Amino acid sequence: MFHGHLQATASTTEGKARDSAAVARRLFSYARPFWHRMLVVLGLTLVIAATSAAGPYLIGVAIDQYIANGQIDGLSLLMVALIGVYVAALVARVLQTYIMGWLSQMTLARIRFSIFRSLQGQSLRFFDRNEVGDLMSRLVNDVEAINVVLSQGLIQALSGFFALLGMVVAMLALNFELALASFIVLPAMFFATSFLSGLARRAFRRTRETIGDVSANLQEDIAGVKVAQAFNRTDVNRARFAQRNAANRDANVGATAVTSALFPAMDVLSTISIGIIAGFGGYLAIHGQATVGVVVAFLAYVQQFYNPIQQLGLLYAQSQSALAAAERTFNLIDTPVDLNDAPDAVPLDQIEGQVEFKDVQFAYSPSHMVLDGVSFVVKPGQTIALVGATGTGKTTIANLIARFYDVAAGQVLVDGADLRTVTVASLRRQMGIVPQNSFLFAGTIAENIRYGRLDAPDQEIEAAAKLVNAHGFIIALPQGYSTVLGEKGGTLSQGQRQLIAFARAILADPRILILDEATSSVDTRTEALIQQALAVLLKGRTSFVIAHRLSTIRNADHILLIEDGQIAEQGTHRELIAHGGLYADLYRRQFRDLPSDGSPDGQTIDSGFGR
Amino acid sequence: MRPLGQALRYLLPYWASALGAFISMTLVAVANLTYPQLIRRAIDDGIMKGDLGATFAVAAGLLGVAIVRGGFSFTQGYLSEKTSQGAAYDMRNAIYGKLQTLSFSFHDQAQTGQLMTRVTSDVEMVRQFTGQGFLQLLSAILMFFGAATILLLMNWRLALVTLMTLPLIFASFIIFISRAHPLFMGVQARLGELNTILQENLAGIRVVKAFVREPYEADRYARANDELLLQNIRVARVFSTSFPLMFFIASLGTVAVLWYGGSQVVAGELSLGELVAFNTYLGLLMFPAFILGMVSAGIARAGASATRIFEVVDAESEVNDRPGAVPLPEVKGRVTFEDVSFRYVGAERNVLERASFVVEPGQTVAIVGTTGAGKSTIINLIPRFYDVTAGRVTVDGRDVRDVTVGSLRRQIGIVLQDTILFSGTIRENIAYGVPDASLDDVVRVAKLAHAHDFILEQPEGYNTRIGEGGVGLSGGQMQRIAIARALLLEPPILILDDSTSSVDAETEYQIQQSLSSLIEDRTTFVIAQRISTVRNADLILVLDQSRIVARGTHEQLLETNALYGEIVASQLHDDVPVPGEAVEMEE
Ligand SMILES: Nc1ncnc2c1ncn2[C@@H]1O[C@H](COP(=O)(O)OP(=O)(O)OP(=O)(O)O)[C@@H](O)[C@H]1O
Ligand SMILES: Nc1ncnc2c1ncn2[C@@H]1O[C@H](COP(=O)(O)OP(=O)(O)OP(=O)(O)O)[C@@H](O)[C@H]1O
Ligand SMILES: [Mg+2]
Repeated sequence: MFHGHLQATASTTEGKARDSAAVARRLFSYARPFWHRMLVVLGLTLVIAATSAAGPYLIGVAIDQYIANGQIDGLSLLMVALIGVYVAALVARVLQTYIMGWLSQMTLARIRFSIFRSLQGQSLRFFDRNEVGDLMSRLVNDVEAINVVLSQGLIQALSGFFALLGMVVAMLALNFELALASFIVLPAMFFATSFLSGLARRAFRRTRETIGDVSANLQEDIAGVKVAQAFNRTDVNRARFAQRNAANRDANVGATAVTSALFPAMDVLSTISIGIIAGFGGYLAIHGQATVGVVVAFLAYVQQFYNPIQQLGLLYAQSQSALAAAERTFNLIDTPVDLNDAPDAVPLDQIEGQVEFKDVQFAYSPSHMVLDGVSFVVKPGQTIALVGATGTGKTTIANLIARFYDVAAGQVLVDGADLRTVTVASLRRQMGIVPQNSFLFAGTIAENIRYGRLDAPDQEIEAAAKLVNAHGFIIALPQGYSTVLGEKGGTLSQGQRQLIAFARAILADPRILILDEATSSVDTRTEALIQQALAVLLKGRTSFVIAHRLSTIRNADHILLIEDGQIAEQGTHRELIAHGGLYADLYRRQFRDLPSDGSPDGQTIDSGFGR
Repeated sequence: MRPLGQALRYLLPYWASALGAFISMTLVAVANLTYPQLIRRAIDDGIMKGDLGATFAVAAGLLGVAIVRGGFSFTQGYLSEKTSQGAAYDMRNAIYGKLQTLSFSFHDQAQTGQLMTRVTSDVEMVRQFTGQGFLQLLSAILMFFGAATILLLMNWRLALVTLMTLPLIFASFIIFISRAHPLFMGVQARLGELNTILQENLAGIRVVKAFVREPYEADRYARANDELLLQNIRVARVFSTSFPLMFFIASLGTVAVLWYGGSQVVAGELSLGELVAFNTYLGLLMFPAFILGMVSAGIARAGASATRIFEVVDAESEVNDRPGAVPLPEVKGRVTFEDVSFRYVGAERNVLERASFVVEPGQTVAIVGTTGAGKSTIINLIPRFYDVTAGRVTVDGRDVRDVTVGSLRRQIGIVLQDTILFSGTIRENIAYGVPDASLDDVVRVAKLAHAHDFILEQPEGYNTRIGEGGVGLSGGQMQRIAIARALLLEPPILILDDSTSSVDAETEYQIQQSLSSLIEDRTTFVIAQRISTVRNADLILVLDQSRIVARGTHEQLLETNALYGEIVASQLHDDVPVPGEAVEMEE
């Protein structure tokens, strides 16, 4: 549904992409490293062509010269020769098919990988705008469409081309005028082919888009199937899927209607040409300008001549599907990356941990300013709490520190260096982030924690898990650290997932730690224990803590209260309470009905769920 | 190959267009046969005799044949695509529909990338076969028998010599398919793995980037990509021999005919003309051999993919309507757990141990407890996302397994702990459970969930589009949409699983205020970490390590339960000694 971005890029590159020769050339550039094998395939194609000519020739000889003359001895020898030819054909065909299969699979693997790599390089803005399923469709369905033509089309094109070449020469040599006459329909054929191919290209583009929709829908619906079941939505979803599915079906049938029309058109045109040869040839023969034998030979040639042309035309039309797919693929690969290392970016040295926002403005979309002039300085080793109502921009600030997005105006500096002047990798490598949505990978618990630092030994993984109080529940699992998690960590409870994500960030041994509601689903008792352990770890590291539970943040060195895209208040917990502003309000509200000794006091304000 | 047969059954609804395609194909073949005859007539009657008129007459005939042939080749291409696309459409719907109904247990184990591969790639593999391949196979077999009959009639002895190659051809056909089947299963499985890596990578891109794991992920993808490549090359190795070999065997038939027939001619037992004619018709036999070679790969591939497709389509859903299940009438809201034990599929121990409690209509129950204690598990059993392992869960006195799943869930509004929104407008997301809800209703529940104000701040208000998984909203905004979504159902039973964890205290307080009247006559389950959220519940269940260790009101529990006391204490402000207090306030 959210194709805006890609469509924009598609239309800017439209002019370039519409040139199918360029797309095809680029497609084959992926096969270029294997050019010597292509030469071999070419050679084998010639061998096969030679054997296909030699077989009937030998049979002719056998019949005319041996069988007809009763020479049975020579016949055996000839038959052995014929078997030899067939064996040669067998070997050549086996090699050709194998090498071609190898070649096309190799090429596809390269294409797949280069799409993947280019996706990896894209910024989060790109992923905000493109659906996972649609992106997947490029790597799955589009690559498959390319495969179909790549693995079969090339051989057909090659053999067709050679056959044509041979016949053109033969025909021109045989009778120049007749040859020209038989080529009269060629422009019409060319026109028909290119006209229909143009239509086909457009039609196949629809098929690629619609299968992208199907995939996008599918991915999302599988990911959200639990919600669908909880809300009894499965019937509606099914109907919606069927609709997109039908759109894809119809697009395919429509595209086939175009390609299926090509053969009849070519057939009629080549028959017209046969008529012309028969008429013109007959006329020439009657007037003695050509022998009847030549005309007959020509009729035979013309029939054969149009076979490869028809096939090539058809192949061309069908390869529009692959070209449309390739075009989409290249559009994706070519999407400009909107967040890149500057050409002169330098790696960031070991970070001290000073973080500064200078008058930062930021918006996800131009219409809605999220941060509007945010400035603050964090000294190395400080723990900063970001508080504020939901949706005020706390996560956004965290996103900017890790340079997931670039500021619209102002500067974000780490140790005095503008983030845009350092390499992203060197920055992020020194950060540990627990994102609000604790995403885990399918795999073992150990692998998930190790994601923070790939070379970490087992003891350190355990140490990180112990620190966040996860060790206990992990070893209680039957396979302990080797327990395999479901997708997104689905076989753990939400709080457990957060703990693993927390451990992962700790293991990274970061200079700057960002905890974005890292323990929002963890019970407060466990959280308190974590805080205790964390206090030691955080010594000397800068950390940002985003939380709504004030119990989580009241121990911070410095609290920033964000409101309406600006910092409304800042200071320590005590200072802010004393100040009696928004923070004090917020704090009092949270405990408005919990007396400090935690005992019932009979006059609680009506709050909480219940009566 | 049984699954392939099952897949072919999907062609049945499209039998008319399939038949049309087949007939067209046959007619094209007939036209192909008459075409050379006409050309011969043009030569013999026209050019040879110098009769231009006759030449043109024949040429007109040729054109007629070409038009007919063209027409039928069009209908063949079009109809076979229509057939195969139709069948693929039904097949996709079937898998999708199945995926929508398979229980949570299935989806806990399944991998999105694998499932997607089945719906897209595997269906496409089957489709490619059901489109052209199947028709070609049929016609190849018909042609084999046709050609064999003609040859037998012409000269049965020569025919027998050539037909000796037939068993060889069929044998290699079968051998190839059976050898390739597992190979193709491997291809599709590896493709699924590759897609799983891809899907995960894209879904978790934030984490990948946060930890600068792009090179690591690229490596992982490259390895899976290589695995797939190797398997594909293995397939290529097998198939590089199939079609050339079948063609070779058929060619040997020619040699045999010439050799044996030639000696017969020399011996005077056969006329040369007969031999030549026979040899010409041998080509009829070569052609189907050629086609068999071509389609064998498609058959094996389609067979492998069909197997994978029907693994899903035929999967048994764990949670199903019982044969005698009746719809649950409008419920009052009494919910009981009777000695309920539960264990997740594949787990070794119960995550819920003999839990029993009774909730009267209109009551509010809070569930608190340590992380991973089993809180979410309890509430997952009420809408029957999973079936209990022992004991029973009842709603209004009926075992939830005795009523239809749809009627049960329709009366339960649930905010899952994991907030999942969908791409689409905010309005569509709120109206997820009631797609035809009026805007007024949507606005009403959005106000209740305190989402109205921020929604209006969005560029297009309720029509603002959000991306997959709620991209474009903050965590707290997403949770409020999810609450509104549940409220819109106006459910007699409302379940809120940690539904305000990302919402600030003030907003949460306001949400509670606005919900308090709403939940008065509804049975409400609340899971929360904040004591302020749950303290006024009629009943609080304290969960620890799979068991309900205490129950009662806030006041009762404070006095009787140490765990509850600790949880409360850990949330109190200032200098009460709690486990977390060791953190220094000032440097
Ligand atoms: N990827 C995005 N694209 C567009 N808008 C976004 C995106 N992410 C957040 N926003 C918007 O930016 C604003 C700030 O969001 P942010 O996530 O920073 O809030 P937050 O303070 O972290 O809130 P919460 O406490 O709910 O997590 C919100 O209004 C939100 O709708
Ligand atoms: N789908 C699943 N498959 C297997 N085990 C699971 C699954 N879901 C949860 N578990 C396990 O069951 C236990 C209880 O999980 P549950 O989600 O009910 O905990 P919870 O009390 O809701 O915790 P939290 O407060 O973290 O949300 C945990 O130990 C968890 O690891
Ligand atoms: Mg839970």
